[in-house]
Amino acid sequence: MEILNVEGLTKDYNGFLALKGVDFSVEKGEIFGFLGPNGAGKTTTINILTGLTRPTSGKISILGNDVIKDIKKVQENIGIVPDESNLYEEMSGTENLEFCASLYGIPKEVRTKRAKELLLQFGLQDTGKKKFKAYSKGMKRKLVIAAGIIHEPGILFLDEPTTGIDVESARQIRKLIFELNKTGTTIFLTTHYIEEAQRLCRRIGFIVEGKVIKIDETAKLLAEAQKEHIVEFDTDDASDVLIGSLKSDFRDFKVSRSSTGKIHITSKEKIDLMPFMRYLDEKKVNILEAKVLHPSLEDVFVKITGIEADKMKKDKEGKKK
Amino acid sequence: MKKMIAYFNILKKDMKTYYLKPPNISWGLVFPFAWTLMFYLRSETAVDIRQILPGVMSLSVLFGTTSMLAVTITFERKSRSFERLLLSPISLDLLMLAKTTGAIIFGVLNAMIPAVMASFIVDLDNINWAGVFAGVVLIAVTSTFLGLFISVSVSEVFEAQTFSNFIRFPMMFLCGLFIPISSLPAFLRPVSYVLPLTYGADILKTMINGNGIISLWTSFLMLVLFSSGLFVFSTHNIKRKWIY
Repeated sequence: MEILNVEGLTKDYNGFLALKGVDFSVEKGEIFGFLGPNGAGKTTTINILTGLTRPTSGKISILGNDVIKDIKKVQENIGIVPDESNLYEEMSGTENLEFCASLYGIPKEVRTKRAKELLLQFGLQDTGKKKFKAYSKGMKRKLVIAAGIIHEPGILFLDEPTTGIDVESARQIRKLIFELNKTGTTIFLTTHYIEEAQRLCRRIGFIVEGKVIKIDETAKLLAEAQKEHIVEFDTDDASDVLIGSLKSDFRDFKVSRSSTGKIHITSKEKIDLMPFMRYLDEKKVNILEAKVLHPSLEDVFVKITGIEADKMKKDKEGKKK
Repeated sequence: MKKMIAYFNILKKDMKTYYLKPPNISWGLVFPFAWTLMFYLRSETAVDIRQILPGVMSLSVLFGTTSMLAVTITFERKSRSFERLLLSPISLDLLMLAKTTGAIIFGVLNAMIPAVMASFIVDLDNINWAGVFAGVVLIAVTSTFLGLFISVSVSEVFEAQTFSNFIRFPMMFLCGLFIPISSLPAFLRPVSYVLPLTYGADILKTMINGNGIISLWTSFLMLVLFSSGLFVFSTHNIKRKWIY
């Protein structure tokens, strides 16, 4: 059952087309990942879906309600975790949670009970009385997620939930997201950590330059990528001349150079390393390392978008700093 | 009922987080005291506390409301916590009423401080206190919505401070608080009548000393018009600028 449906969504910022007809849907109970590089339109999409930005055209419905016509009705049933931890610095963890619950009209005794439960669930029970400004980055993110679900929304929007926090906190947050989903919360997740999307999401949509270019189940995307066999050679020469001669002498294989300057041999069939090793040896090229690569979602992303995943990660982290 | 829970909790949060902080309470006490004392020291024999009371009360409300609201909204917007409120399921009008009620209450309490202080020094008999209260509430509402207008018009906290001073300080001299409008140069007098505080101070002058120059109905009506206009303009601006 579809819980969120987007059709032909466009957004024009004074002549700059940020979204160029975005279509996708999210099913009840799934974690849907929205992946794309900086400026692809992820945040614009999430802002439109949650009512912080008006679309130029298109149709959006969340839990059967029209987002454009009846945003306040929609906002009753959605939870939002923005990319910045924007709770109130001067208020304690408990006060922040109770305040957020009150915005949804939850009575005092219910919100007190719920805040207590969430602090316990998120491992923040000992810091409930501490001011938000005294929290570490990881604790802040956890509390913001707790604030996003205190009113038990039908769908939770998570915008870059683990960006800028330490590895252990990120791991705990991923576990929490997974647990939340297991208890029935539908999650719309934007992230630039492809590995995170691979681990968490049932389906993934890739957005590039304001257009969704591919949506599929994570497992299918991976299976498609893993149909290809890739061997990587780390050599002391990866010049255009060598790549060129490899291409002409091994016509049944795809030969390319990776962003890190290594030679990639790709084929639909299993690759025998020996002919390549002999060939490189004859050409007096030293092989430092040769290994079989197992294509990941990152490779799928690079193949579909043409954007190196490392570049996307650096762009995003640079922006955050 | 749900909307009221949200309304009262936004108000409670703002009172606790901003208005009931020691620096603001002391500002509320010190500011009117300093104004009264300044006039008294300036002319120990000639000053009539009761005559300057409407002006001091009006100023206390104006400064108390605009200083806080313009800064708090700009600050919350800067830290993005205001987004949390915009994304909640309450209407923008109710949200802005909740955000401004704290400033209105703070302004009304600020106005009462000079009145209480004056009661120890001069005779405050024969004053229409119900009228004074109504006047103070309307001044507080109008000044608060002026603060809202300022906060919506700027993006930085320092801009809010500068912009509010740019509006408030001329008002001190042009609204007949201490210098009668009739004593102003002729070319400045029309300006006085487009400033809301002129009407608020005149209500207090009529209620406290019986020497206002504008009819009460006109003053009340003008304040209602100013406050409604500022509120509608500000919410319209929020929809246009903040939900883009």
